[in-house]
Amino acid sequence: MTVTEDPATTAPSAPEKEIGQARRRKEDAHLITGETTWTDNMVLPGMLHMALVRSPVAHARITAIDVSAAREAPGVVAVLTGQDVAEEQGSIPSAWQVTPDMVNPGHPSLAVDQVNHVGEAVALIVARSRAAATDAIELVDVDYDTLPPVLDVEEAAKEGADLVHSHLSSNTSYHFVFDAGEAGTGSDTEQAFADADVVVSRRFVNQRLIPAFMEPRSVVVQPVGDSFTMWSATQIPHILRVMAAMVTGIPEHKLRVIAPDVGGGFGGKLQVNPEEILALLVARRLGKPVKWTETRSESLMAAHHGRDQVQYIDIAADREGNVKGLRVRLLADMGAYLRLITAGTPALGAFMFPGIYKFPAYRFELDGVFTTKTPTDAYRGAGRPEATFAIERIMDELAVELGMDPLELRRKNWIDAEEFPFTTVAGLEYDSGDYDTATRRALELIGYDELREEQRRRRESGDPVQLGIGFSTFTEMCGIAPSRVLGSLSFGSGGWEHATIRMLPTGKVEVVTGSTPHGQGHETAWSQLVADRLGVPFEDIEVLHGDTAIASRGLDTYGSRSLVVGGAAVVRAADKVIAKARKVAAHLLEASEDDLEFDGGRFSVRGTPGTGMAIQEIALAVFTAHNYPEDIEPTIDADAAFDPVNFSFPHGTHICAMEVDTETGFVKIRKYACVDDVGTIVNPLIVEGQIHGGLAQGIAQALYEEAVYDADGNLTTGTFVDYLVPSAADLPHFDTDNTVHVAPGNPIGAKGVGEAGCIASTPAVVNAALDAVRHLGVRDIRMPLTPERVWRAVHEGGDGGDRATAKTNAQGAESAQAPSTGTSSTGGAL
Amino acid sequence: MTRVSMRVDGVTYTDEVEPRTLLVHHLREALGKVGTVVGCDTSNCGACTVHLDGQAVKSCTVLAVQADGAEVTTIEGIGSTDALHPVQKAFHEQHGLQCGFCTPGMIMASIDLLKENPSPSEDEVREGIEGNLCRCTGYQNIVRAVQQAAREMSGTSETLGAQS
Repeated sequence: MTVTEDPATTAPSAPEKEIGQARRRKEDAHLITGETTWTDNMVLPGMLHMALVRSPVAHARITAIDVSAAREAPGVVAVLTGQDVAEEQGSIPSAWQVTPDMVNPGHPSLAVDQVNHVGEAVALIVARSRAAATDAIELVDVDYDTLPPVLDVEEAAKEGADLVHSHLSSNTSYHFVFDAGEAGTGSDTEQAFADADVVVSRRFVNQRLIPAFMEPRSVVVQPVGDSFTMWSATQIPHILRVMAAMVTGIPEHKLRVIAPDVGGGFGGKLQVNPEEILALLVARRLGKPVKWTETRSESLMAAHHGRDQVQYIDIAADREGNVKGLRVRLLADMGAYLRLITAGTPALGAFMFPGIYKFPAYRFELDGVFTTKTPTDAYRGAGRPEATFAIERIMDELAVELGMDPLELRRKNWIDAEEFPFTTVAGLEYDSGDYDTATRRALELIGYDELREEQRRRRESGDPVQLGIGFSTFTEMCGIAPSRVLGSLSFGSGGWEHATIRMLPTGKVEVVTGSTPHGQGHETAWSQLVADRLGVPFEDIEVLHGDTAIASRGLDTYGSRSLVVGGAAVVRAADKVIAKARKVAAHLLEASEDDLEFDGGRFSVRGTPGTGMAIQEIALAVFTAHNYPEDIEPTIDADAAFDPVNFSFPHGTHICAMEVDTETGFVKIRKYACVDDVGTIVNPLIVEGQIHGGLAQGIAQALYEEAVYDADGNLTTGTFVDYLVPSAADLPHFDTDNTVHVAPGNPIGAKGVGEAGCIASTPAVVNAALDAVRHLGVRDIRMPLTPERVWRAVHEGGDGGDRATAKTNAQGAESAQAPSTGTSSTGGAL
Repeated sequence: MTRVSMRVDGVTYTDEVEPRTLLVHHLREALGKVGTVVGCDTSNCGACTVHLDGQAVKSCTVLAVQADGAEVTTIEGIGSTDALHPVQKAFHEQHGLQCGFCTPGMIMASIDLLKENPSPSEDEVREGIEGNLCRCTGYQNIVRAVQQAAREMSGTSETLGAQS
């Protein structure tokens, strides 16, 4: 179906089914009127306010902390240092042991004797007001004995490098290898390269980003006796509860976690934050409710970052353009500590580098490396955007080397529609799709032939504004679940999701989901699922979530899993409700269960028109419980947990047309079109919105955003003045469409949509810019494609990024080195 | 402490404030107007946008004492669930919000934009709200919403079809 038209005109007037309808969201009413429940809105009697003293230096030993002046400041109730909480603060958990010998240096919430990045908390202040707490920060005097900052991941990974954690033997936490030959999913990679006609090698920099959710992180903890209630702006109330209990020793059943309205996350709130642990410790110590809300500058500096990889990619092919092998070596800059899935995020990409192509051979190596920077962790896509960027960029480079059209090369190597399900060289079984149809539709949508013609004209006339067209034909693994698969990867948790359906005596329905939303529209979409399944009105359904006392079981929201896993659990629960109700209906209608039909919310006896009972009547009947079968309990409520056996694999074709002003370096997206296949679409309005938002973030990586550190390890993009979250004026209009290939792995047939736009778009944009100026000798441009970088690449050669990053983030040209595993290159040097 | 008096969403409030208090903090912490939110500390995001004597301002760039004697309208004062402002209604109908955190400021900025330009083009909407950041929507549906509201507010909603 097409969702490019005005959504106001797409809803049919008399819907047969809810699924597929562009229902306006239930969530909106309170958000557009300001009747919101953001954590920072909360005020409790006697509530105190916490502020954090943060390190101004990247790497230092703490030799002394004098808090005496702060303790005496007006309104200050308590001041605590790392020494004060050293015995009780535990370590921020790392949930993913990527290799058995992965080294975790431990992550104190308050630094005890050493700081390892700018912004690391070294002391906390508790005061009667936020202003008093903030004022007292200035009064804490910390003596730092500075150590050399460790900023360049390529340098940090070398023997003899300055160490981030002096008690470790190196900065490398782990070395992870996936070799398809050894795994039995492919042939020998070295042989494939040795036999290849053509090898192209590139070094790509996937820069450090900041999730930059709009609502700053905030937490309130209220102690009641020996129990605690924590409200937090989190994506993961359930995981946070388990982890906070394990970290602090507070028994899990004495801790309730609530995620009220949460203002975006994008992976940035998929974390057990030091500040959440500290608020809990303060509330326990003082016996008073305490609130902490970060400033934006704190958020950019201390909340986890994303991406930050140096990628060495080698691709092998024959002269006809048949790919023969792929070799990937990654250095992942993990920053100073391992947070929840810092270590696992780049490893998740291991399985996605082959993309949609039929590589016979594949080898992946990854080093997770510590630096003295803010920890990296999940950010929308988490490992998969990095992989997609690399494969979609190197396919273009191979096409250039072979003199082939980049789309023709892709077509020659991608999995054909009739080959699904297809097991890839990385061992994943791709479920369904049709890359060719999506591509043809995307070409139509963007007006491809006209754009190519315009490109030719501009090239021939030497127009200072050149036009380029870039592709990204991508897939991703979504629905982060299969618990057994996660177990085989040594992830610390399962991936199931849970749901409960409660049939209320008045005929209304409560749906309890363990998947906690923060903008995705679960309340609307889950209502659509249940309305169709149970035949009850959309309006009569309330979706409850985000409170561990209400939604007692759940694994929360990330990895495009909510609908695919959480929604599937809801459908399963609805089926159980129907099964239970059937027994009651048979009893009350004095019929055999086998003779009952359930349709449109009513049980009726087959062949007996006019008989029947609505499911709401059955809900009332089991509530009064005056008359029900003897062999059942008087309830038709049901629980279900869903754990799929495979991931789902959305795919799509994204095409970007880009104007590059060769005189100023200014780039402008002229047109952007994409066709995504996310399986069954429950709500096209929400699906389109998710695609749009993902596109904005993926395009922003290509064009605008980068977390930059200076030579001393200071974050120089520490406010929204410097960290360029794009505005409406910075982004183009998107033309979107969908193909639908149902996912076989869940009862809805959905594949997941939350990350698609973000994963797909970045390489399409960069490929487009390069397509515009490659004839001028440009081979690469470092992201983000700032005017300076583009201008330098066009006029001075190189990738334009060296000066801009010299002595800053790492990855300067002088440190560029050939990958240890693959140096052959006929397709151009590094 | 300084005494300030201001009319907020139709109610007059008189309070003692520290002179350094920002209007947004006064609204949220003293008056309980928590519908208006704080998204940054550099006046870039616009989440705190309110109307001060009818003009959109970022309430993090105004001191509470500067609003003494003024008329302030927040997201809580422009409509209700039963009687939405056309811009609120359009944001709902066009899916112009996801997490909703930027929404109060985005709506207040959009109302101001439409006052200045009752029939903005797509580019004019984009330029007009560039002082307000949204991380969820990619802005396209916000643009649609503002244009829908423009049509409704100028009474042309029946004659203009879908745009964008």
